[in-house]
Amino acid sequence: MSRKSLRWLLPAAALPILALLAYGFRVNHRDIPSPLVNRPAAPFVLTSYAGEPMSLEANKGRVVVVNFWASWCMPACYEEAPVLERNWRTYKDKGVVVLGVNIQDKPEAARKFIDQFSLTFPNALDPAGKVSIDYGVYGVPETFFIDARGRIRAKHAGAVTDTVFQREVDRLLAEPR
Amino acid sequence: MIRALSLLLLLLVATPAAAQPPATNVEDPRLYEVASQLRCVVCQNLSVADSPSEMAQQMRALVRERLRAGDTPEQVLQYFVDKYGEWILLAPRRRGFNWLVWSAPFVSTVIGLIVIAFTIRRWTAQRRKRLAGIATAPPAVDPAMRERIRREMELENER
Amino acid sequence: MIPELGHGAVIVGGLLAFYGAIAAAIAGRTGRTALLESAQHAALGVFGLVTFSMLLLVYAFLTFDFSVRYVALNTNLQTPYYYRITALWGALEGSIVLWAWMLALYTLIVILRHRHNARELYSWVLTTMLGVVAFFLLVMAVPAPPFERLSPIPANGRGLNPLLEDSGMITHPVALYLGFTGFTVPFAFAIAALATGRVGDRWITLTRRWTIVAWYFLSLGLLIGGWWSYHVLGWGGYWAWDPVENAAFMPWLTGTAFLHSVMIQERRRMLKLWNIGLVILTFALTLFGTFLTRSGVIASVHAFTQGSIGIFFLSFLSLVVLASLALLAWRWEALGAEGELDSVVSRESAFLLNNVLLVAATFTVFFGTVFPLLSEAVRGVKVSVGMPFFNSVNIPVFLSLIFLMGVGPLIAWRRASRDNLRRNFFWPVVAGVVSAAIFYAAGVRSTLAVLSLALTVFVTATVAVDYVRATRARLRMGESLLPAMGGLLVRHNRRYGGFAIHLGILVIAVGVTGSQAWSLHREATLKKGEAVELAGYKFQFDGLAAREASNHFVVESTFTVTNGKAHAEAMRPAKKFYPQEQSPIAHVDYRLGFMEDLYLVLGDFERDGSQATVKMQVNRMVSWIWIGGLVLTLGTVLAILPDRKKLA
Repeated sequence: MSRKSLRWLLPAAALPILALLAYGFRVNHRDIPSPLVNRPAAPFVLTSYAGEPMSLEANKGRVVVVNFWASWCMPACYEEAPVLERNWRTYKDKGVVVLGVNIQDKPEAARKFIDQFSLTFPNALDPAGKVSIDYGVYGVPETFFIDARGRIRAKHAGAVTDTVFQREVDRLLAEPR
Repeated sequence: MIRALSLLLLLLVATPAAAQPPATNVEDPRLYEVASQLRCVVCQNLSVADSPSEMAQQMRALVRERLRAGDTPEQVLQYFVDKYGEWILLAPRRRGFNWLVWSAPFVSTVIGLIVIAFTIRRWTAQRRKRLAGIATAPPAVDPAMRERIRREMELENER
Repeated sequence: MIPELGHGAVIVGGLLAFYGAIAAAIAGRTGRTALLESAQHAALGVFGLVTFSMLLLVYAFLTFDFSVRYVALNTNLQTPYYYRITALWGALEGSIVLWAWMLALYTLIVILRHRHNARELYSWVLTTMLGVVAFFLLVMAVPAPPFERLSPIPANGRGLNPLLEDSGMITHPVALYLGFTGFTVPFAFAIAALATGRVGDRWITLTRRWTIVAWYFLSLGLLIGGWWSYHVLGWGGYWAWDPVENAAFMPWLTGTAFLHSVMIQERRRMLKLWNIGLVILTFALTLFGTFLTRSGVIASVHAFTQGSIGIFFLSFLSLVVLASLALLAWRWEALGAEGELDSVVSRESAFLLNNVLLVAATFTVFFGTVFPLLSEAVRGVKVSVGMPFFNSVNIPVFLSLIFLMGVGPLIAWRRASRDNLRRNFFWPVVAGVVSAAIFYAAGVRSTLAVLSLALTVFVTATVAVDYVRATRARLRMGESLLPAMGGLLVRHNRRYGGFAIHLGILVIAVGVTGSQAWSLHREATLKKGEAVELAGYKFQFDGLAAREASNHFVVESTFTVTNGKAHAEAMRPAKKFYPQEQSPIAHVDYRLGFMEDLYLVLGDFERDGSQATVKMQVNRMVSWIWIGGLVLTLGTVLAILPDRKKLA
């Protein structure tokens, strides 16, 4: 390279930096892949709002959908609550269980939420946030799909839709136990 | 000049090594040490130690519990990394690709110093060349007068 | 009607600015003064139109015009009138309006000040400034229209982000933007210099005050931002190395480097290429800052929103960077170095070192800020780069810069003789070393704190040595003390203004050192009546009270604070619940002091007031940071005083 053309290195050097910034447009900051996928799900034991114990262990052998939510999480949790209830009623006789974990919330507000959507699947408060941290939850809502052998197979951040729920659950149900 | 530059470089390298984390937390310095390295997941860019949010409070409680149960700070941090991924750490671990960002300050300073070393060398050589090119000797001046001129010029230069 | 009028004004203004830029460029190439006049009129028109649309927006705010989407999103019927006015710059669209208005204002001032004294450069300066204004008006017209309509018209607005209901947030964007937009002027002059080939000192002499003023406002904006963070956000800190904070800090760093390196060009006619490059970099970084805040490319607490606006900004940034650097490459020869130096021990070297350190720090901050993006692009792994990283890597650089602050102003140009070094630095070095020993003996164990404080003493001593010596020289010539001291400041206002600014930075540095090294905090859950101790203070929890405020609901706690000197005080940290916010906002209660601040943040609590979690902080010397800002202000005023004609 002659001395004369060396100077054009300067504008040329700016290009990769600008390209990197352009790449930033494709990045979604809330979409962080979970390191827990394909790992055993952390066990937990909580007391549901109905007064019953709610644990992962007790549901071994079934496909478990664990949903983290809060009453102040608008509008996403409000959008997905009927979806979860609807699909719970459809799948509960097929060996699928939906467990709701309520985080960073006050019991009265949570109960109001449950009543508002007439939720019949078990919901429990996670008082110290330990379960949410155990599952690497960084926002609400987040839903984990756990197979019959107790391994987390998928995580969905954001409101769950019928499509997502059914796709994941059908996939796990189709697997040999 | 090489000596001056290498001294400077030594200083630049030594100070982060000598940097002790400030002893800010009265209750449990280990808690602060761990929590200040974890990123609060519901805030943006604040540490778990600093954040006033409820989530951060819960995370602090968990850190405290695990430290009391006998985990080392490294183990507690690893626990969080296992659950959340690398991004839960507020500073990237010094391994592999991440060395790029950790070495950036040092490398850029060194490159900068090399550039100015070359520049200064060129400037001093330029001056010597020009002085050497002056064929005629300066007109004879009374030494006392020359001394006064020199002192005055120095005083002037300082402004 | 109002929104249509405003939007129309924006579009016409944008077209006018674009026309003006072209007209000025053609005038620059062909010398046709009629076109230049026309461009000036266009600039005047642009200012009028932008002011008009800004006032329309304010009017929409004041009259609760919720048909305007921006008004509906950022105020509601309960928002007090002063916040309704300042909500103008509370969110994205309005912030662009403010930026555009400042640019138009600066363009007008440039016209008034320079239309006769900038000669050949003038038309290209006008082109550049109007071009930048045109871009921001384009953004106001297309991706971020402030007058966008909302239909159906809501009965009530959403309301201002409660974190913005604060004096800090009223002033912070104004100061910061005055700084950001201010750097457009030296940049425009640099482009003019490249375009005309007149790359000597003319463009630098003309923009000296512009640079200082822009630099000052940027400093002020950063300080106010720190103050806001400190007393509103509830974490007790003033700087988090958040990407958007970094984006404002980087042009400050390169702007500081530029401030110093132009002195070398003024004195010695060297570093022409470097100076132009540096001001281009500074301006590019200001654009990068607005890009970062508005594009969502890097996650940040400040980020306004995502969308096509990011693409606009990145495109403009790319255009500016590539075009300016291409111009620079084109004029490479003319910028050739004819520099000479007698010795490496000289002021030139000190300034070069200053520049290297500042630019290296800029690079470090930049790289750290974009590294998460790079890591994801290359490895597919998300990482975070935050406070622990930036704090540890920047400390040595900043300490070295403090050291240079002492050396630079006193060391001789070209070649510093041994005599010169001894006379200027002997006592300051002694003072520094002795003070280090004293600090250590007094119990300061942190190496960094000792180093930082000792360097501060060293630099202060150099300033003192210079001032005392100069005053004595005047006293010897027959002047009395006060006139001598004052006369020095006025006659050599650039020098002493610079000293005062350095002292201001030192005071800030001491504040930062003190707060990092000696602050204490503690978190505790207390039952009613229970107390906990920290740093000699006793904090007792007395209960909770709830009440309704103008646009929110407050739960206020009461803590009695005693410090053993029979002085009891009540502090009331609270939690505010705003209907439009998902989670409550912590309202900090604090007491400022010269050496220490008390700081309380309310955490979780029981509804019946029987128990509450509180985070207590005793922050040391944080007030020094704000005091340093004051000294900085005084120094800047001194430095930009008009030059008195020096008596022969």
